Amino acid sequence: MRGLLSKVLAVSAAVLLAACSDSEQTASQATDKKEGQIKAGFIYVGPVSDGGWTYEHNQGRLAVEEAYGDKVVTTFVESVSEGPDAERVLSQMANDGADIIFTTSFGFMNPTIKVAEQFPNVKFEHATGFKRADNVATYSSRFYEGRHVLGLIAGKMTKTNTVGYIASFPIPEVVRGINAAYLAAKSVNPNIQFKVIWVSSWFDPGKEADAAKALIDQGADILMQHTDSPAAMQIAEQRGIYAFGQASDMAAFGPTAQLTAIIDDWSPYYIERVGALIDGQWASTDTWGGFNTGMVALAPYGQAVPQDVREMADAAKLAISEGRLHPFTGPINKQDGSVWLKAGETADDGTLLGMDFYVEGIEGSLPSSN
Amino acid sequence: MDYGLLSSIIHAILVASTPLVFAGLGALIQERAGVLNLGIEGLMIVGALAGFATALAGYPLLMSVLAAALAGALLASIFAVLVLRLYANPVATGLALTLFGLGLAALAGSQYVGQAAPQVDTWAIPVLHHLPVIGHALFSHDPLVYLSILMAFVIWWFLKKSRAGLILRAVGENHTSAHALGFSVRGIRFLAITSGGALAAIGGSYLTLVQTPLFVEGMTAGRGWIALALVVFASWRPFRVIAGAYLFGSVTILQLHSQAFGISIPAQWLSMLPYIVTIVALVLISARGEKGLAAPGSLGKIFRVSR
Repeated sequence: MRGLLSKVLAVSAAVLLAACSDSEQTASQATDKKEGQIKAGFIYVGPVSDGGWTYEHNQGRLAVEEAYGDKVVTTFVESVSEGPDAERVLSQMANDGADIIFTTSFGFMNPTIKVAEQFPNVKFEHATGFKRADNVATYSSRFYEGRHVLGLIAGKMTKTNTVGYIASFPIPEVVRGINAAYLAAKSVNPNIQFKVIWVSSWFDPGKEADAAKALIDQGADILMQHTDSPAAMQIAEQRGIYAFGQASDMAAFGPTAQLTAIIDDWSPYYIERVGALIDGQWASTDTWGGFNTGMVALAPYGQAVPQDVREMADAAKLAISEGRLHPFTGPINKQDGSVWLKAGETADDGTLLGMDFYVEGIEGSLPSSN
Repeated sequence: MDYGLLSSIIHAILVASTPLVFAGLGALIQERAGVLNLGIEGLMIVGALAGFATALAGYPLLMSVLAAALAGALLASIFAVLVLRLYANPVATGLALTLFGLGLAALAGSQYVGQAAPQVDTWAIPVLHHLPVIGHALFSHDPLVYLSILMAFVIWWFLKKSRAGLILRAVGENHTSAHALGFSVRGIRFLAITSGGALAAIGGSYLTLVQTPLFVEGMTAGRGWIALALVVFASWRPFRVIAGAYLFGSVTILQLHSQAFGISIPAQWLSMLPYIVTIVALVLISARGEKGLAAPGSLGKIFRVSR
């Protein structure tokens, strides 16, 4: 009898502890909306404190609160894994009265579509995906425009002609970034070589650091990353080489190493979309903003970047935002040598959104995404 | 083969393996006393935070490591009281310890996010570190790498050669007999749990002090579970824990290097490889039968003083 009791006690204690420390955390602020208020929900793939991707989405959420004050309440759930769990979190958020839900990672695409069918009155906004519905809009930023400028800087500044690239998953978003950076670097440095390591994670600082070391040991003197933690920046600083920050200004982790960083600024978009919902103007749209919308920005240049390189980078940025320059302008061949874009031709958005091939000159093969 | 590169690869393997060595030894000492503690992951992340916070406050490495060890011992003592005094189910309690540790570190650690700890100095071993290839690979590391190897020797000596170690093993093999001989089963297990917890926490602190001097929640990323598997893999022997940890570290680092070399194996396969190696090793060991497994006889069993 005593044995059974102690077992029951132990298990309930365990469950209690587990419940207290569930790795997903919901915002603690008052999430009950009052009459006439709009409730905006956000689900994040990583912790708000990642200092990168999720951090910037959360900044966008805070900007929405700032912009509309009493008219909105916001709520968020962080560290939601991409898969069935996302469906549960989304349904719960919709049941709790959210009017609009932003799902901020590529892997939330199918769960978003599925839950959106069950809640036709709730508006959904999915980041970086390509599936839409009457109540599902999509949005992304043309990060490849930023990658183009990074590639130019890397091509000019590398001494070993080797750029190390830490990639997460072989999805179009990431592949596009590698291609854009490579083409730009190649345009200013014909001898450039890219070494790519796939770490199969958005966020594993230990593994990202190990990948950074491996790339440096194999001769890379400039690192680019498409993962979310500042670990690689830190390794670059330790080893005395250069790196580009990802999603957020990472200069705190690499005061001398950071050349610049692509900064995602979601605030203008989030404010616009929540505003549209308040005014009853919301419609399912597909937004892909670049330098011109302010959704893609660059951190201040590091001290190591020489004046002529700064001028070249600024000129490219201006040309892109004015529409005079497209980072994917032919002639460009695919990796297998077949023609993708003829001279003067620019890539259409459809191909870019589904990009699943390397361009000519990148070594190694693309891991299949499924 | 470029010898400089080879040397760097070996260096990186040792660094990547060191957290696993500490955590594996921490789990081993507890299991040899008959305690199955699934809370290693939680102990590691709490150690990671405690060590990082101390280093950030400007204390030297020794203090940071001691702080991590203390935090680990404290957290482990909660587990010890629940399991030893209140007879809680060790499996459920261990799982709870992991979840609790992850949550606690995330909560307490949020203020440290976005800051970088000072870099730890390397202790190059005189003369030896000038040797070609192996000089850099083996003899110019941070002090914790040497400490991890030293700890394996100490634990081996303790278990094999000392009387206290003999008693600890007796408690792990058959707690009823040990109790009948007049040994304090609970007291010995309490010491094993707290010192094992301290070791696991030091392993966690290696992540935030040396490997990536920053703190973010969940950064142990499953290393505590690998450490638990390593102990079985090592059939509860300290030197085999080191060997297993280095094997695991090698596969992790080599898969990254093979990618940078442009060897095309699907990334998912490469990520699975370290875990596949662990599973294969486990199968090979258990295929040798009970003798090969050599698990302590009272492992995971609840001890009650019968009157």
